[in-house]
Amino acid sequence: MSIAPSALPIGMRGIEKRFGSVAVLRDLNLDVEAGEFLTLLGPSGSGKTTLLMILAGFVRANAGSIRVGGDEIITTPPHKRNIGMVFQNYALFPHMNVFHNIAFPLKQRGVAAAETAERVEKALDLVKLQGLGERRVDQLSGGQRQRVALARAIVFEPRIVLMDEPLSALDKGLREHMQIELRALHRRLGMTTVYVTHDQREAITMSDRIAVMNAGRIEQLDKPETLYARPQTRFVAGFIGESNFIPVECRNGSVWYEDRRIHTAAPTPAAGRHLMVVRPEKLQLLANAEPASGVNVLEAKVSDIIYQGDSFVCYAALRDGRQLTLRDYCRSDVLAKMPAPGQPVSFGLDAQDTILVAAD
Amino acid sequence: MSAQTALMQQKAGRPGPDLNTQALHMDARRESLRLLALLSPSLLLVFAIIIVPIGWLFWLSLFDEAGALSAANYARFFEQASYIKTFITTFKVAFIVTGACVLLGYPLAYMLSQLPRRAASICLIFVILPFWTSVLVRTYAWLVILQRKGLINSWLIDLGVISQPLSLANNFSGVVIGMTHILLPFLVLPLYASMKTIDTDCLRAGMNLGAGPAATFRQIFFPLSLPGLASGVVIVFVLCLGFFVTPALMGGGKVIMWAMRMEQTTSLYSNWGAGAALGVVLLVVTLALLGLFQWLLGARATGVWSSR
Repeated sequence: MSIAPSALPIGMRGIEKRFGSVAVLRDLNLDVEAGEFLTLLGPSGSGKTTLLMILAGFVRANAGSIRVGGDEIITTPPHKRNIGMVFQNYALFPHMNVFHNIAFPLKQRGVAAAETAERVEKALDLVKLQGLGERRVDQLSGGQRQRVALARAIVFEPRIVLMDEPLSALDKGLREHMQIELRALHRRLGMTTVYVTHDQREAITMSDRIAVMNAGRIEQLDKPETLYARPQTRFVAGFIGESNFIPVECRNGSVWYEDRRIHTAAPTPAAGRHLMVVRPEKLQLLANAEPASGVNVLEAKVSDIIYQGDSFVCYAALRDGRQLTLRDYCRSDVLAKMPAPGQPVSFGLDAQDTILVAAD
Repeated sequence: MSAQTALMQQKAGRPGPDLNTQALHMDARRESLRLLALLSPSLLLVFAIIIVPIGWLFWLSLFDEAGALSAANYARFFEQASYIKTFITTFKVAFIVTGACVLLGYPLAYMLSQLPRRAASICLIFVILPFWTSVLVRTYAWLVILQRKGLINSWLIDLGVISQPLSLANNFSGVVIGMTHILLPFLVLPLYASMKTIDTDCLRAGMNLGAGPAATFRQIFFPLSLPGLASGVVIVFVLCLGFFVTPALMGGGKVIMWAMRMEQTTSLYSNWGAGAALGVVLLVVTLALLGLFQWLLGARATGVWSSR
């Protein structure tokens, strides 16, 4: 069963939104491909929820264009947009039972009673709530409400589905379970989905592409793996995954950390100050100071080692006092090299994993 | 001997299933006794000012003027037409005033609930302000406005809308106008409070799912505001049944309500038994209505909406 008959692409151009003198969105451009699962990821206040509200039609932008398929919808009232939405608190109608909640969009569209019953049944099936149609909303658990909200948002075969932090009210285990289920449902139905979250792990797990937002702008729009491996700004590197930043300088076409030359796989950026992004799991413990070629060596002094069962974290300070973190699994070959706190240590960082971002 | 030691050891050291049960039980008892002791002054007060007078009222109603035990005070309601007429008038006024309060109050409360916070609190002051003025003052003010040569009649005549003054005061319409004005805040305030608790995301969800503004109001906002409306209606209706000042002053002696009847019976005819019987009937009818209302509302909340 396919609920979305034909997913449509969304094109947003020059979206501006100010609340009073505060600019929430500035000249924002974003293309969502048909059938794509795109996540708007950012800290609170980055404008991601406002953008979603503008897409749904609840908030009026100051300027901009939204095209769905070929149609401009920026001035279309929300009830004529034909966009499904899952709200953060689910926004189920408390005076209706599950059946009537899910039947609501069909009723508005004048669908006949028999067909309504059939489609609601199918939607309930899809979200694994068979037989719960007669339940009152307040008799449902958090996870069940979530599923009802989802069923209600897709039962009328909308062109686009929006989700505003739909899993944030669930506990951790259920949230991870629902992430996988939502992903599977999206694969099955193929509707264009715009998902808002501030949880980077959730975004990475679920999305085809992630737009990282900061201060009303999109900092970077990429696939999760690209975003993690090749962050383009300090903000993205800091927001997605763990990072240590080490200031480096580019001069004469090469990169320098203090008096040590840094090898990079990517072409050397323009001269000036940059930051090297060091991910804890990309660092290796070096037994001797003679590394293979193409591996950058950072010398530090161990300050603490934290054992975490399957892995350990080694905190060390560089000569200039900067903190470096290494994370590795507790394998015997790694444990053999394990230094003690207070000892000097050499960290290796492959040139392939050496990322540079502009120092802001 | 050795068995006893073993038992003692078990009691002293090993945690059994009834470790400290006795002490915990006593502790719980002591706590509830302390709470009861703390509550007792207010319980006594409630007993002295509510239970005792109502019991006394009921007791009084069972004696006739000669002081003999009889049902004459209650029999009178069925025998004398004037009592039945008063009863009907009282309920007629209560229904009409409650209806007028709903018609005026619902749009007002809706507007207040949709206004931005600052504007809403300013408008709310205007709703509450009359509360701080005496009912007597407000009723006389209405008399001035509504009488034959009052503001409204002179304006309408000056404008040429009417040639003869309308009789707005000293009759049924005067009572309804005055009481509606005085009771309106009792409907607006609970209604406003309940409208404020309606989740705006529910309304957004309604629109998102394809319901236009009017359909969203009808299918989502209105049903969700019903509990608040119901509590406002109950308050207004019950207050209407026992209202005295406004109908006494604005009815011009033509509109006799239940409370006025009671006043007449006790202060004019000094018939305390008959007056007490009036009070008991009003209390019983009011409680019965409230019970009916509760039952209807409960049935609606659980039955109608959740059935297909």
